[in-house]
Amino acid sequence: MPQQWKAVCNVADIPVLGARVVNRAAKPDVAIFRNSEDKIFALLDKCPHKGGPLSQGIVFGERVACPLHNWNIQLDSDCAVSPDEGCTQKFSVKVEDGKVFLDVKELSSLAIEVKAE
Amino acid sequence: MKKLKLVMVGNGMAGVRTLEELLKLAPDVYDITVFGAEPYANYNRILLSPVLAGEQTIKDIMLNDVDWYAENNITLHLGKKIAKIDRVKRMVIAEDGTTAEYDRLLLATGSNPFILPVPGKELKGVISYRDIQDTNAMIEAARMHKHAVVIGGGLLGLEAANGLKLRGMEVTVVHLPAWLMERQLDPTAGKLLQKSLEDRGLKFLLDKNTKEIVGDEYGNVKAIRFADGLEVPAELVVMAVGIRPNTTLAESAGLLCNRGIVVNDTMQTYDPRIYAVGECVNHRGTAYGLVAPLFEMAKVCANHLANFGIGRYQGSVTSTKLKVTGIDLFSAGEFMGGEGTEEIVLSDPIGGVYKKLVIKDNKLVGACLYGDTVDGTWYFKLLREGKDIGEIRDTLMFGESNTGRPGDTGHEGFTLAAAMPDDAEVCGCNGVCKGTIVRSIKEKGLFTLEDVRKHTKASASCGSCTGLVEQILMATAGGDYSTATKAKPVCACTDHTHQEVRDAIKVNKLLTIVDTMQFMEWRTPNGCSTCRPALNYYLISTWPHEARDDPQSRFINERAHANIQKDGTYSVIPRMWGGETTAKDLRRIADVVDKYRIPTVKVTGGQRIDLLGVKKKDLPAVWKELDMPCGHAYAKALRTVKTCVGSEWCRFGTQDSTEMGKQLERAMWKMYAPHKVKIAVSGCPRNCAESGIKDVGVIGVDSGWEIYVGGNGGIKTEVAHFFAKVKTHEEVLEYSGAFLQLYREEGWYLERTVHYLGRVGLDHVKKKILEDAENRKALYERLLFSLDGEPDPWHEQEKAQVDARQFASLNV
Repeated sequence: MPQQWKAVCNVADIPVLGARVVNRAAKPDVAIFRNSEDKIFALLDKCPHKGGPLSQGIVFGERVACPLHNWNIQLDSDCAVSPDEGCTQKFSVKVEDGKVFLDVKELSSLAIEVKAE
Repeated sequence: MKKLKLVMVGNGMAGVRTLEELLKLAPDVYDITVFGAEPYANYNRILLSPVLAGEQTIKDIMLNDVDWYAENNITLHLGKKIAKIDRVKRMVIAEDGTTAEYDRLLLATGSNPFILPVPGKELKGVISYRDIQDTNAMIEAARMHKHAVVIGGGLLGLEAANGLKLRGMEVTVVHLPAWLMERQLDPTAGKLLQKSLEDRGLKFLLDKNTKEIVGDEYGNVKAIRFADGLEVPAELVVMAVGIRPNTTLAESAGLLCNRGIVVNDTMQTYDPRIYAVGECVNHRGTAYGLVAPLFEMAKVCANHLANFGIGRYQGSVTSTKLKVTGIDLFSAGEFMGGEGTEEIVLSDPIGGVYKKLVIKDNKLVGACLYGDTVDGTWYFKLLREGKDIGEIRDTLMFGESNTGRPGDTGHEGFTLAAAMPDDAEVCGCNGVCKGTIVRSIKEKGLFTLEDVRKHTKASASCGSCTGLVEQILMATAGGDYSTATKAKPVCACTDHTHQEVRDAIKVNKLLTIVDTMQFMEWRTPNGCSTCRPALNYYLISTWPHEARDDPQSRFINERAHANIQKDGTYSVIPRMWGGETTAKDLRRIADVVDKYRIPTVKVTGGQRIDLLGVKKKDLPAVWKELDMPCGHAYAKALRTVKTCVGSEWCRFGTQDSTEMGKQLERAMWKMYAPHKVKIAVSGCPRNCAESGIKDVGVIGVDSGWEIYVGGNGGIKTEVAHFFAKVKTHEEVLEYSGAFLQLYREEGWYLERTVHYLGRVGLDHVKKKILEDAENRKALYERLLFSLDGEPDPWHEQEKAQVDARQFASLNV
């Protein structure tokens, strides 16, 4: 399925070794991370452990430490580092001309929480 | 990049642990080949005794099965003994002709059991006790025969005797010295042990010299004869009289050996391409036969094989525990005492308890416990750390839980792990029960506290159950449990300790995290969530106004300047000097709560008001409209100064505690520290502000102020120690400030003042502050200098480097 890229921000808008939260219509939100080599990753802003906001964690290498209980999540694979087990959801990212693009189709369909009526 | 070839001769615990550590550090550097003389993959040799006793099976004690080698691309040759090392061609040759070339060679040939050179030692039924084959032979003999003689009443001999007895044999233990386990016990404990074992049906022949082993016409053993003429029937003779490092191969290759393969502190032999670890080694004149030192060697060796080159093995302090179920025995250090030492002995022969502590220069140097080993881990920790026990000498013998330090929370008051049923919760933070911990240790072959933390989460959060977890480890891991080396590195990114990092930053005037990591050769490009905040703190506290504070290296609370809650919202706590407020401030708080529809308003233990459930995007606005100073309730910094009303209002107040408290808070707020700091000021000894459990607790008395330090209200309640008595407000500020500045400069990140004091000793602090007025003033000056110009992060966001981007999400 071809991707539908939409620009969300400039790389410069993301703190180095930090993240920004992408506010999408469906919840939970998506977090975009920038590491020290300017590599950009996008993960669901929800830790597989107890749902903590990964966007608020310390970023190092290609990992983020969840701010709630320090689970280390791999940014490229969206899974926790052993021996912790569990994965969140990763989202496709494209970086072009210093701009960060996410796939609108993924944003509207991936990892959406359905709230009970 | 072409891989180097690593060949290991030997497949035991020390060698395989080295490979495990190497694979963690540098998985792609080597093509690894292992030659093991035994036909088994790596098993826990220490647990052969429980196997003999019928408590575990061979399968239970396997540490790495053949699949592990395959999964890690290690070529494994089982049942192949290496006969020759050709150091010129850099090749090993096995007895069956198999060869392997090496760039690096690791010798882990272990030890050989010593066989008494008496006639009859080659008879069938005379065995040593070293491996699975021996264990199976003993189990078989127990099925078929009646009489067993074990020569050697040391650790291993007694475990063998116990196992054989449980399997139905009649066992006699022969021992040359006058009491059992003379390498770990003094005569009194040795006799108590003997009595216990005799009650179980074991027979002992002490002070007996074996002359010969007698056989029948088929070449089977049938009796053992002593120098004094006594003869005892035996169809099985087990020799457990000691082990000798196996150096035959190394010697034949021309490597220097001296009752062990001689290695240096980096585990290298005289041939720089050849390393050696484990029982086959002679390090600084010592050959070890217990597992903990061998694991330490493995770590250092792996560090060098991985080309990191910074590991150093400097020898180990060891402890031993007898693995005979139902007999509690623990021994460590110089248990015999000697010149220059004093002994504290608790002897209760009817109760079957004998405990001896050996002290030298106010430090614990030896411990021998029989019948009650609950405090074994604690004594061993005191021994290893060389801590000054002068202050707790009077209660030392009565154990950790009685040493005036009650107050561990989260496990129903249990201090003895052995007394807990399997379903009892050991770790209250993470809900881990005893059974889970025991199962994990057995199933995953865990050896250290760090292992248990990683795999079960027990003791991984607040740490108050650490003592219990260590007890469980000691009892279950079936061996010589030990924590890592005395010098604990900051994290997995480095081998440097907190002290080394602090010293390097000071001596070399390092000012940024990047410079520090580069200078100290960090293994990772950006550190991790453990070391970055620590380094950041060390930099800004050592070089205030010069070092660069890096907000991205701070935990979320100190980045957002609010406390993150479980749902991702935040709590906001404005400052309330000394716990006093005004109608104006209360009205403003109420208005902000209404406007931003903040769900919960709560009064905190620190005597101020907490607004919970604030969304991150609202934080800057909430701060602005509250228009109150930042409370730093979220930071590793000064939290609050609690007060009681004192002489301003109270009929008992001897001093103006509220005013003193406000002065302290205004002077020291915004002070970042290794961990949170809480102060309190009470107006009289009734101590309504609870100064006794604060980092700095001030209590007004009629003639002035008493200052207490090092208290702690949480996790493990600690009572503060009396520090000084002063007269004036200025003195209170100076003494408190000097203490806190010393803590800021010398403390390790995440140490509360109680841990810092426990490490350096109250005497050290008294010397620097009470006995040296100039130093005290200088310390206080440095604190004030540090705080001068420190911004309020709520109202001076740019100066405080608060990144505004974090409060705005991106809309798509």
